[in-house]
Amino acid sequence: MRRQQLIVVGNGMAGMRTVEELLKLAPDLYDITVFGAEPFGNYNRILLSPVLAGEKSVKDIMLNDDRWYEKNGIALRKGEPVTAIDRRRRLVITGDGAATPYDRLLLATGSNPIVLPLEGKDLPGVVTFRDLHDVSRMIEASEKCKNAVVIGGGLLGLEAANGLLKRGMSVTVVHLMEWLMERQLDRVAGDMLRRSLEARGMTFKMPAQTKAILGSERVEAVSFADGTEVPADIVVMAVGIRPNVTLAKEAGLHCERGIVVADTMQTFDGRIYAVGECVQHRNQTYGLVAPLFDQAKVCANHLAELGYARYEGSRLSTKLKVTGIDLFSAGDFSGTDATDELVFHDPGRNIYKKLVLKGNRIEGAVLYGDTLNASWYFQLIREGTDISGIHEHLMFGRPHLGNSGHGAALGAAAMAEEAEVCGCNGVCKGAIVRAILDNKLFTLEEVRAHTKASSSCGSCTGLVEQILVATVGADYSIAPKVKPMCPCTDFTHDEIRQSIPEHGLKSISEIMAFMEWRTANGCHVCRPALNYYLLCAWPGEYCDDKQSRFINERVHANIQKDGTFSVVPRMWGGITNPKELRAIADVAEKFNISTVKITGGQRVDLLGVRKEDLPAVWRDLNKAGMVSGHAYGKALRTVKTCVGSEWCRFGVQDSTAMGIKLEKMCWGAWTPHKVKLAVSGCPRNCAEATIKDFGVVAVESGWELHVGGNGGVKVRPTDLLCKVKSEEEVLEYCGAFLQLYREEARYLERTAPWIERVGLAYVKERIVEDAPGRRELHERFLHAQSFAQIDPWAERATGGVDRDEFRPMAEVTAA
Amino acid sequence: MSLWLDIGWIEDIPRLGARVVRRPQGNIAVFRTADDRVFALDDRCPHKGGPLSQGIVHGERVTCPLHNWIVELGDGTAVAPDEGCVAAHRVRVVDGRVCLLIESDAHEQVA
Repeated sequence: MRRQQLIVVGNGMAGMRTVEELLKLAPDLYDITVFGAEPFGNYNRILLSPVLAGEKSVKDIMLNDDRWYEKNGIALRKGEPVTAIDRRRRLVITGDGAATPYDRLLLATGSNPIVLPLEGKDLPGVVTFRDLHDVSRMIEASEKCKNAVVIGGGLLGLEAANGLLKRGMSVTVVHLMEWLMERQLDRVAGDMLRRSLEARGMTFKMPAQTKAILGSERVEAVSFADGTEVPADIVVMAVGIRPNVTLAKEAGLHCERGIVVADTMQTFDGRIYAVGECVQHRNQTYGLVAPLFDQAKVCANHLAELGYARYEGSRLSTKLKVTGIDLFSAGDFSGTDATDELVFHDPGRNIYKKLVLKGNRIEGAVLYGDTLNASWYFQLIREGTDISGIHEHLMFGRPHLGNSGHGAALGAAAMAEEAEVCGCNGVCKGAIVRAILDNKLFTLEEVRAHTKASSSCGSCTGLVEQILVATVGADYSIAPKVKPMCPCTDFTHDEIRQSIPEHGLKSISEIMAFMEWRTANGCHVCRPALNYYLLCAWPGEYCDDKQSRFINERVHANIQKDGTFSVVPRMWGGITNPKELRAIADVAEKFNISTVKITGGQRVDLLGVRKEDLPAVWRDLNKAGMVSGHAYGKALRTVKTCVGSEWCRFGVQDSTAMGIKLEKMCWGAWTPHKVKLAVSGCPRNCAEATIKDFGVVAVESGWELHVGGNGGVKVRPTDLLCKVKSEEEVLEYCGAFLQLYREEARYLERTAPWIERVGLAYVKERIVEDAPGRRELHERFLHAQSFAQIDPWAERATGGVDRDEFRPMAEVTAA
Repeated sequence: MSLWLDIGWIEDIPRLGARVVRRPQGNIAVFRTADDRVFALDDRCPHKGGPLSQGIVHGERVTCPLHNWIVELGDGTAVAPDEGCVAAHRVRVVDGRVCLLIESDAHEQVA
């Protein structure tokens, strides 16, 4: 069969990213031909600034070399600009008049720098800042000449100015507006930026209007409307870009500012697609990389004839790629009468932060000097999270100081090469930087795959992101869109979860078939998630798929580094008795269990049990009345208690009895991630209830209910949900809260990040304010529990379940 | 010399699962895919020796339960960017019986 012909016009990042995405989806669908005007392979245009500044070489920024095109069977025609498209006969015409036929055509013609119509604009020495050719002209000039004038105090202009300054030129930046980067920064931040750059030796002339570029043979000076002049050996025009639509327009495609495309990235001619800076989508044009990558994904989806992806526009954020200057801006930060502003300004430390709030949502953010929380703010903006519960500490960012594993390091820039970033996997900053450069990594996932940094507990994710941004200048790597569940699918957790009840999907294979999984039976990431979602959606009906369970949940014990297991029997509310303790002691002796330990959740852990001994160990524990403690599961773990009013002279309520009641109600529940409870008998809080997922603190008049705490990787104290009077209310609120978490959190999302994502206000609305809704949630919880509260140990110890799991298939002994 | 050792019915291994064959010099993990293909590897992840038999099987790969390394069932190599390899053993299914190729100085003893 003849393969279809795909022609790509433009060998830049947008075009090649689309081709890469396409090859992942449908490697054999097309013969691909790429026409590029520049005589290079594909390079990372965002990194032109560091090349100009001498911080990176041209080699560092190449993305796809000739071998890549060869390996993927792509015909690359460098230095061959396409001059016309014959849509009727489906041909593209190149400079020499040759015609090449296409079945589908992808336009990725990018944009052109705007050249101001000034007198003298064509003089030698006047350059724009757009491609490698421009950069080499600037570098050349910096070696011979002294004075540079950069017209334009926006992102691009400042990066150009910084590069020339680093190459030893004396640089004047001319800007029309009152302050720098006025489209990304407010006045305060713009002025701070100006002062930082002035301290590095940059000169500014602003506000100022350029009148003419002067010179006879080549450029000599720039003159201004106010009559002044500044000497110049080179003039860089960096006042903006304009989508390159010439080719499309001449072919009769509908263009406005850019080539107009639909949500499928198709132009008005269905066979012709367009992506990148040349595109106008829903009246927006984009000059950053993040949207271009989103567009590439969608476009590839349609070229691969899958046909379901939609591009719905991108939220933008900006970072300046000037080494040593931390600056971030996102959303609408200008503010109106309908908005409030939160401002933090510490001139001594050169830090400025502004958040613009509209109601309970963040509209925009400007950060200068401290951008550690940039990705968090961006996430809150993008997801429209209700921030009323965290309003008071919003300005100070996500609490980081309690994080374990990397000291109190807050900024990646200041870290030494050998400083450890990821404490779980022992990865230092230098190793991450090397991996990024050597393997051309772009995303957090890639860095995780290659270095393992941030792939375990995740507490160093912010630092790794910062290093990534600093190394590749990736404004797009910050807080990417909500991610697909795993590489087997393009759908997100939320999309998949929603379709389960909507389309009545009742098994993992049905979900995979309906949602067109790319793999035959998923992977270790998606299968456990799907299994949980089905279990939660169809209680009593869905049959648990044990091969989709992580080993701990499959065999109801915790795997240890040597392949043995640990066993934790349940002790209701942390209360035990001589009979249970005697049984535990007997089991430990009988099965040579080498370590017996008290856990953080007030239980006893038996470590070093051989897998084949598990059923017998459980049988003995069952005999003494003990059941599984679920210490191995994404499930209700323990309810920790203090002794309370029964013994304690300070106790105001019976916290142990309350804890036991809660544990009896909740045990056996499968949840998106592990869940820990605690009940304290007075506000001294000896059970540490305020770092639990659901914490109860007794007060004289009743009980305080706290939610969303975490004592692990990221210490996060709980938020106060409400105060209730009776034990029955504690149980109802707890059941409702757990059910809401079970139904709405993403798999492997603890309550703390879930609440930060959806907002405490939302949880209060569902649990506190909506009494009928709360009761329904609680009832659904109890309904699910009626199927869940079967001791998995007894089933296996004496009930004959999974017998084969615990014994070898065969044994070979030496002769 | 080596010999084919009959270790049991293919149904004794769960689909997308594994069973262990015990051996003095270390266990062998025998895997069964969704489409009933059977593979055998030393039960030691090339990373830190984790028991691959306890991992989640997907396609013709298994994910180690200790640190999520992914290993090819066919030849025992770790999936990039991780690097490493574990010994693969020959295995065949005849009339529903699974047979494993074993060195000859051993003899069978069904557990």
